[in-house]
Amino acid sequence: MAAVPLAYLVIRLAQADLQQVIDAVVRERTLVLVLTSLGLSLLVALGSLVLGIPMAWVLARVALPLPGLWRALAALPLAVPSYVMAFSWISTWPALSGFWPLTLVMILACTPYVTLPVAAAFYLADQRAVDVARTLGRGPLGAFRAALLPQVAPAALAGALLAGLYTLSDFGSPSLFRVQTLTWAVYAAFEGGLNRTLAAATALILVMLALTLVLMERMMRRRASRGGRPASQIVRPRRLNTKRVQLVSVAGLGCVSLVSLGIPAYALTRRGWESRSAATDWSRLFESMGTTLSLSLTGALIAVLLGLPIAVLAARYRGRSIATLESVAYLGNGIPGLVVGLSLVFFTLNVVPVLYQTALALSVAYAVIFLPKAIGSARSAIAQVPASLEEVSRTLGRGPLHTWTTITARLSTPGIATGGLLVAVTAMKELPATLMLLPIGANTLATELWRHTNMSSYAAAAPYAIALVLIACIPTYFLSRTELDGTRR
Amino acid sequence: MNSSRTRLALIATVAASAIALSACAGDAESTSNGSDEDRSLIVYSGRDESLIGPIIEKFEEESGIEVKVRYANSIEMAAQLLEEGERTPAQVFLSQEAGALGELANADLLAPLPEEITGAVDPQYSAADDSWVALTGRARVLLYDSESVSEDEVPSDVHALTEPEWQGRVGFAPTNASFQSFVTAMRVLEGEDVAEEWLTGMIDNDTEVFDRNGPIVEAVNTGALDVGLVNHYYWVVAAAEAGGPESMRAQLKFGEPGTVSALVNVTGAGVLASAEDSDEAQEFVEYLVSEQAQEHFVEEAGEYSLLPDGPSPADVPSLDELDGPDLDFSELADLDGTLELLQKVGLL
Repeated sequence: MAAVPLAYLVIRLAQADLQQVIDAVVRERTLVLVLTSLGLSLLVALGSLVLGIPMAWVLARVALPLPGLWRALAALPLAVPSYVMAFSWISTWPALSGFWPLTLVMILACTPYVTLPVAAAFYLADQRAVDVARTLGRGPLGAFRAALLPQVAPAALAGALLAGLYTLSDFGSPSLFRVQTLTWAVYAAFEGGLNRTLAAATALILVMLALTLVLMERMMRRRASRGGRPASQIVRPRRLNTKRVQLVSVAGLGCVSLVSLGIPAYALTRRGWESRSAATDWSRLFESMGTTLSLSLTGALIAVLLGLPIAVLAARYRGRSIATLESVAYLGNGIPGLVVGLSLVFFTLNVVPVLYQTALALSVAYAVIFLPKAIGSARSAIAQVPASLEEVSRTLGRGPLHTWTTITARLSTPGIATGGLLVAVTAMKELPATLMLLPIGANTLATELWRHTNMSSYAAAAPYAIALVLIACIPTYFLSRTELDGTRR
Repeated sequence: MNSSRTRLALIATVAASAIALSACAGDAESTSNGSDEDRSLIVYSGRDESLIGPIIEKFEEESGIEVKVRYANSIEMAAQLLEEGERTPAQVFLSQEAGALGELANADLLAPLPEEITGAVDPQYSAADDSWVALTGRARVLLYDSESVSEDEVPSDVHALTEPEWQGRVGFAPTNASFQSFVTAMRVLEGEDVAEEWLTGMIDNDTEVFDRNGPIVEAVNTGALDVGLVNHYYWVVAAAEAGGPESMRAQLKFGEPGTVSALVNVTGAGVLASAEDSDEAQEFVEYLVSEQAQEHFVEEAGEYSLLPDGPSPADVPSLDELDGPDLDFSELADLDGTLELLQKVGLL
């Protein structure tokens, strides 16, 4: 299923004139676009790691006042569509444009991809290795690097990959900051009289870049995982509760939230306030909230179900075919939503025309588009469950399914749930595929936002943006509950 | 050990597919409840709901036909229609601009329209082969920041924007269909070389590249940009939201009459080939060119009616005063040359 967009590109290009494809691709401009896109993605991935790992550590290891609130605040930037975030910055500082401001905003938007899975990994990390390192004379930072970091590295890298791929496929923010990326070029090719050959050729370059990122992550993950093997008995540390650590943590988390959430909140409220023509249609707002919730949660459920087998295989085995399977699932993430949408139009009409433009087809589309999010954190959570525990269970006579449900699934629930949450939250704001596949007459919060911002009625759009952020709190709440269930023993 | 895990994975996969399939079945049943007696119509609209929605509601009341509408960008919607081909559920396509309609006509996806529809509007704006009908006009204008430039300083000829004094102060949206129609018009009216020279001149003058018109209006109105090339109605809509033209920092300068700077682009409608025999589709498009619907376009959207002697929007000059260049609009639908040019100069 995840290969559908890729297959579509190949089919489209196979129908095209080869010379035309070559002319479209071999240009100096292509190189500029590639370098811009790749540079942006790598910087955002790196920035998300630098910002996300400390945040995750604080969330998992410091006894914070109102822990649920901080966890929610750390997750919430995901609920703000990156184009809304970009808009709120430009609306506050109109002169802002260009590569570096864009990089900063994308880092803020993408950091939760790292923070959430890494916080879950810190939860599951074995503290004894750190104690051993400390006993051997390492300082707190040294012990962290030597003993703790390797345990969370797979989750962190998977998160950074998601951040990079999201940046690669994002269209709204680069165009608002007037930075021309490859995705921008794919859209430009479509906008300009439906040039599907140029669009498909450009999208294929984008897929190559996505593949590069996936391979880089795999290489680094392999190197990182040499460091730490999960132990058979997990010892959890006590949460740090000294005043100084708490104060610094709260201040740090507060600053990040203020910049990543405060600015959009301020800009949207101001615009909503200024509007004189915006009369909110409340019944429509609630209706689209309901549609958004049911579509994205169904999509998340399907994604988790589709992703779990791949995640289990990827966590436990290292075959080439499994690696390929996982990579293909990831590639969809680097393809712009417009192309994914068109490919699913093509696929649904040709394979299951009855389902065309039904809610189910759109949910499946969400699952396909965001499958990597479900796989990434599930895979690293399962990998952290010591294989020896499973073996003990099997030796005691439990069957494979029993072992899986009582040991593996139970211990990796936080990671699997994190993946589901990520899918749900990102599906809520997905736009291009939603516009094409949504049942006719239905609306989601994202399409309503699009409807208003398209006509530059930003003020009228504000209530929908706020509603989108609010309903994203629901999966976030569920996440913090499963988190507790999974770790209470 | 390994084989048992593989089996486990297999079980999980089968379970997942089973659940997905059973969900499929349930959904398919619940959606197939249409009855043949109701008159209904499916419209794909590249035009905004805030604008077209009220007109559609009125049509539903008057005709008793139930209209279901899918909204998206004109071009993306046209891409979707090309992908759907004959299997499209849509019967009517409403487009923001001529290019998307032209592409569908080229792919033989539009049914020819009868004389009573195409004859209603000024024939110079619609397709020469009656494959689609023009509904409204939108003028290309220069939007300027009235706090940093005076109206006299803003040129009424776009060629003047390549002068050194405008370096880094202007913005345009090369991917926008209206802008591309504008470049096509320049190529048709003034020749390929002039158009290329103008584009490279604009690039050398550090013209800012935006993706859409909306953000240009936003940038000019906040003082981030001095001059922007847009369609006039963006300003009309933004002014309505801000509380009137006088509360806008951005103001309009119309182009020199008779030249490409005064170009008027059109929006239009077409009936899909698969709905050639649909009375509902014909009835709907006919309604859109009626005086009642046209008045709504003028009053609510600030666009120009294309009916002979049709009304003009408030706060802007009339279509006659604008006096757009003498141009065959079906030539604008052919965008290939413009796209090649935009690629050549590095804007796409």
